[in-house]
Amino acid sequence: MVALIPWSVWIIFLPLLTGIFAFLFRGRGAQLGIVTAVGLLPPLIGLTWQVLSCGPQHYSVGGWGAPLGIDLYADGLSIIMLVMTALVGIGTTFYATGYYSPTGETKEKNHQQDPALFWSLWLLLWAALNCLFLSADVFNLYVALEFLGLSAVALVALAGGPSAVAAAMRYLLVSLLGSLSYLLGVALLYFAHGTLSLGLLAESVTSSPASFAATTLMTAGLVMKTALFPLHFWLPPAHANAPAPVSAVLSALVVKASFYLLLRLWFQVFTNTVTPSVALLLGILGVAAIFWGSVQALMAQRLKLLVAYSTVAQLGYIFLVFPLAQGKGTGFSAWCGGLYFILSHACAKAAAFLAAGTVLYGFGHDRIDELAGITQRLPVTMFAFGVAGVSLIGLPPSGGFIGKWLLLNAALAGGQWWWAIVIIIGGLLAAAYVFRFFSRAFSYVEQVPICRDVPWSMELTALALGLSAMALGIIATQPLAVMQIGAPLAGPVLTGGLP
Amino acid sequence: MNISLLYSLVGLALFSLGLYGLIAYGHLLRKILAVNVMGSGAFLILVALARGWRQTSPDPVPHAMGLTGLVVAVSATALALALACRVQETTGSTQLTEDGSD
Repeated sequence: MVALIPWSVWIIFLPLLTGIFAFLFRGRGAQLGIVTAVGLLPPLIGLTWQVLSCGPQHYSVGGWGAPLGIDLYADGLSIIMLVMTALVGIGTTFYATGYYSPTGETKEKNHQQDPALFWSLWLLLWAALNCLFLSADVFNLYVALEFLGLSAVALVALAGGPSAVAAAMRYLLVSLLGSLSYLLGVALLYFAHGTLSLGLLAESVTSSPASFAATTLMTAGLVMKTALFPLHFWLPPAHANAPAPVSAVLSALVVKASFYLLLRLWFQVFTNTVTPSVALLLGILGVAAIFWGSVQALMAQRLKLLVAYSTVAQLGYIFLVFPLAQGKGTGFSAWCGGLYFILSHACAKAAAFLAAGTVLYGFGHDRIDELAGITQRLPVTMFAFGVAGVSLIGLPPSGGFIGKWLLLNAALAGGQWWWAIVIIIGGLLAAAYVFRFFSRAFSYVEQVPICRDVPWSMELTALALGLSAMALGIIATQPLAVMQIGAPLAGPVLTGGLP
Repeated sequence: MNISLLYSLVGLALFSLGLYGLIAYGHLLRKILAVNVMGSGAFLILVALARGWRQTSPDPVPHAMGLTGLVVAVSATALALALACRVQETTGSTQLTEDGSD
């Protein structure tokens, strides 16, 4: 009885429908956004309940089945990603109702930004994300990737200025290059194994030349879309120049989507073709990303650029999952650590970008040197940024701390202590760039810069997301239990020989 | 099998040529065309593999993939061209500058 209702279809269909409506009925974007945010909760809760009580769920759309039709699949990993998308999505939607509210001054400031286009594109992007997390075949995943990429690029271009348009153009070219590389890999996989389904491929992929080529092409394409160093060059301008709600969604969710696909492929499909040396290479690039991103964040002149470079650095950590999962008996610990890191980074980074967007909205600029004393004007927003910063640094009791703790555990228990050093130094560097901004913002000055009125929804959603990142550090057992459902790895979450 | 191998190799050559063009040339229109050449290479490989996998009759699944891919490629090209026009309007240049960070 529990398993009868196809909730997964509604999770994709609802934002797709409201996204199209938002384009047709221009003035109703905000209402449609709220309808989607609220309307997605019942199917999401329903699907989570199904997965928790009956294990991973399959659904064939239209009853056609695997080779011809489209199959949907949901396991613990999908649920974690869907819930993360919903958390950030609901927050961003409420933030945007304030950001795009038609108060006199806003209208003048944002005259280039059409709210109707934002709502339509954002809801379509939400549909693309949900579709990606639920698809069960590699070609449908390609379509979802392109759907996601195109809506994300259009959202970046909404900001309108010369730097935003140039950033969107570069983002589009990189995104297309990544997808085409992935598509070529899909063609090779189909040629070698005669199937597109993730489940069937998992059984049939062996170490043949075609499978190796497919692994390389798909990994390269997805790594490019996930902006791993040194392919990160497109990310900071795109994320820093986009409108505030868009930056939050891009950094918190869109880069994670291609990483999610990488995780699925590496741990479920390519188990016979990936070699420890490639995993090591991804880990080393991750280390380079942590250092390069942190140093650039330390030197950034603008607040949004600082947050964007912080994303480059934080993405480096999640690539440590690949070498850490090679350790004996620590695979599951690394898997959980990576997922927990993704989840808490999504909440913390969305909060940080929304707070930075509020600063830009209130003061008209985000040059860090001229932001002394702004806490006196925007105390709630700065508190939200502070809470998010705690999770980005990885201090207890935040979600970021749990993620790093599990990764450290995997490193030390698996005898790969050198990764542990990187994780600790990365945390110190994050503290340095977060406090560099705080030392300005929290300083007391006589002449506080003038700030225009900020809608309460903008201040409160950033705070709510920051507090969610913090809450993830306290309720760790439930997300970890969900991660175990249908996971490709098994083992203890924390291995003996604690760090 | 031979003919489909030949078409696959041509597809691979087109893909590589497009990749080279995308990296080597600065003009946005050339970059967009290069991406399309890459896409054509990938679709050609799909069509060729459909013939080569089962000798008797062509397999429809790669054809369906190719058609879907074409639809995606057309929409992506439309967006890319619109963006390229906007880049020229706002910056006066048909190239992306090296440092886009500010």
